[in-house]
Amino acid sequence: MSVSILEKDKEKFAELKRIIDEYKEKEGPLMPVMHKAQELFGYLPEEVQEYIAEALDIPVSDIYGVATFYSQFTLKPKGKYSIGVCLGTACYVKGSQAILDELVKELGIKPGDTTDDLKFSLEATRCLGACGLAPVMMINDEVYGRLVPSDIKGIIDKYRSK
Amino acid sequence: MEFYRSHVLICGGTGCHSSGSADVMSAFKTELEKNKLENEVKLVQTGCFGLCAVGPVVIVYPEGAFYSGIKAEDVPRIVSEHLLKGRIVTDLLYHDSVQEDKAVKSLDQVEFYRKQKRIALRNCGVINPEKIEEYIAFDGYKALGKVLTEMTPEETIAVIKASGLRGRGGAGFPTGLKWEFTAKAKGDKKYVCCNADEGDPGAFMDRSVLEGDPHSVLEAMAIAGYAVGADQGYIYVRAEYPIAVKRLTIAIEQARELGLLGKNIFGTDFCFDIELRLGAGAFVCGEETALMASIEGKRGEPRPRPPFPAVKGVFGKPTLLNNVETYANIPQIILNGPEWFQSIGTEKSKGTKVFALGGKINNTGLVEVPMGTTLREIIYEIGGGIPNGKKFKAAQTGGPSGGCIPAEHLDTPIDYDSLTKIGSMMGSGGLIVMDEDNCMVDIARFFLDFTVDESCGKCPPCRIGTKRMLEILDRITKGQGQEGDIEKLEQLGMSIKSSALCGLGQTAPNPVLSTIRYFRDEYEAHIRDKKCPAGVCQALLQIMIQADLCRGCGLCTKVCPVGAISGERKSAHTIDQSKCIKCGACLEKCPFKAIVKG
Ligand SMILES: Cc1cc2nc3c(=O)[nH]c(=O)nc-3n(C[C@H](O)[C@H](O)[C@H](O)COP(=O)(O)O)c2cc1C
Ligand code: SF4
Ligand code: SF4
Ligand code: FES
Ligand code: FES
Repeated sequence: MSVSILEKDKEKFAELKRIIDEYKEKEGPLMPVMHKAQELFGYLPEEVQEYIAEALDIPVSDIYGVATFYSQFTLKPKGKYSIGVCLGTACYVKGSQAILDELVKELGIKPGDTTDDLKFSLEATRCLGACGLAPVMMINDEVYGRLVPSDIKGIIDKYRSK
Repeated sequence: MEFYRSHVLICGGTGCHSSGSADVMSAFKTELEKNKLENEVKLVQTGCFGLCAVGPVVIVYPEGAFYSGIKAEDVPRIVSEHLLKGRIVTDLLYHDSVQEDKAVKSLDQVEFYRKQKRIALRNCGVINPEKIEEYIAFDGYKALGKVLTEMTPEETIAVIKASGLRGRGGAGFPTGLKWEFTAKAKGDKKYVCCNADEGDPGAFMDRSVLEGDPHSVLEAMAIAGYAVGADQGYIYVRAEYPIAVKRLTIAIEQARELGLLGKNIFGTDFCFDIELRLGAGAFVCGEETALMASIEGKRGEPRPRPPFPAVKGVFGKPTLLNNVETYANIPQIILNGPEWFQSIGTEKSKGTKVFALGGKINNTGLVEVPMGTTLREIIYEIGGGIPNGKKFKAAQTGGPSGGCIPAEHLDTPIDYDSLTKIGSMMGSGGLIVMDEDNCMVDIARFFLDFTVDESCGKCPPCRIGTKRMLEILDRITKGQGQEGDIEKLEQLGMSIKSSALCGLGQTAPNPVLSTIRYFRDEYEAHIRDKKCPAGVCQALLQIMIQADLCRGCGLCTKVCPVGAISGERKSAHTIDQSKCIKCGACLEKCPFKAIVKG
């Protein structure tokens, strides 16, 4: 590990401490703290779980239990571009499965996985609230609607060259 | 207050945001400044107008001109023509708002809105949700003031009871009764919670209320707090709703600043504050006991009831839990009286219901209709019917807990009891329309796949039973169905329904049972004839070239990725079924429409 990363992590842990101090006195602080920690680190590595356990005085096994129960918490780092294909009902009846299949083909990874170069993560999501544009996918904060499978390659290529 | 001669309302709901309303907003800003109109025309970013399908939506008052599908390029014309010269740009209007004689219909005469009645959504698309002053200008926090200064908690509960309001989160439990139970429960501390977890995978009613009118929920929770004797509220909202979270956060801050949340509200000794809690992607957390476990920071696993939350809820204290839409009705009931609310709806279901219309329907979006409106009215009049001249097959309500309603029941008036009677349920308000191209076995499999994925795993009937059902459905859709599979699904379904611990498991078989009930022939076609009549289940499809239509142009052979097509030029081609991977590429390519799937 290079020195700069360690430095950066140090800052992040300092920030995490600040967050924990803010929530410590509230009732049921664990979930909010984990949300913020994931925002900060991008995922919940073991050291972070242990740090939270110690600071909130909660067994680390409980934290692991919570982290694995909820699908939004992730124990692995995510790709730079996180792709979510809506498999909500409205999108599904309009063919979003074919969009997801096309992405699996294009990226060579299954839903829930990240490409080896840490560029793309693929996820099947529920209703994104844009059913009017079904079928819909999101890449980070960008929404793509009214998709057909042949749109996929072009969109992904755009991010590949970014 | 400044006076503006025109108001431009730009939808900032999730649907329109996705189709580019932020660019439209900034284009308006620039154009108004360019034309020095910024002191005459007011720009307002609102919540969802409901017709998300034709977004981004812009409405200009006082005319009520309804512009749809607006892009940044269109803005200079609207500004120079409409706002500067007073000439409505008719070619940019929503198609149904221009009459044949070219006159412009006002918004409430447009077919989509004509049959709607907006109570929960009354401010959505009307006010700027990020400004508490606008909510107040539309009678906001007046109901809270009235309750705190003129009514006792008992009187407040009596009004809610008399209104006949039932929970909009799915089960339809009488709201006033729930308030009364919580009020009567003994405890030194009580909580009021709002269920904003909106788990139905194809629905966004609650999201639109939170994004378009967050203060209505805050006000109602404070009223509930006064009625049941709680001083702390929690809103449990899905983390997947970033805009809703942001607007709620702003709303809570603004309410605190004006003293509408916090200590001694309206100068009384009533104190009440609200905190947000974010979910983390678990459907089961919409279930009340799981939700409360999650607020406490635990795994969101349901527990047996009783004790009910009204007695033992969050942190072991008496807790009131209602849904977002339930709350959104409360201030109006307090202000207009229970008789007014009673007068809307059917005998046992009062008021209105919001539905998220989606799937194979022209006007996808959000609608609010009086209880008792028929499915036909919603789908054909408000929803504008099925696109591309296709035939209606079924409407799905209640999401993964509900069922499919076939054409023969289109005239059923929608309320809690009639939907249950025909094998579906009201649910939270997802309404997905399916046409002849949708396979009902595949839809049943889709929902079961969802519940298997979301089962918390605590009790075996749900954990194991739903998996067994999914395996059978998987087999059927892959062409490996066997005689007796339908009966097995029915038996498994009934036993899971009666033995699962929580509502998730108890209702998980519904999508399967209701499709078997109404579309048994489709199941049989898959099992006996190994055919998918709708042409959805890949494994059962055959791609074929109709010899009499094929001119032997050979275009299909060029696109086939696996070389499955052969034939002499100018004579009929054939597909080698053992090679074909059913990609469908040839289907689109054939200029003579000679290739079909079936
Ligand atoms: C599996 C499951 C999921 C649920 N999801 C939701 C939900 O997303 N939103 C909601 O308001 N109620 C949901 N409910 C219903 C709640 O448990 C509860 O009945 C409701 O929030 C009470 O509010 P109401 O009386 O105002 O409807 C769900 C129930 C079950 C069993
Ligand atoms: S029915 Fe399913 S979701 Fe509910 S407690 Fe049992 S396993 Fe969990
Ligand atoms: S469907 Fe695809 S694989 Fe089959 S014949 Fe046509 S092009 Fe070839
Ligand atoms: S179902 Fe996909 S956006 Fe709603
Ligand atoms: S989001 Fe704009 S109309 Fe629904």
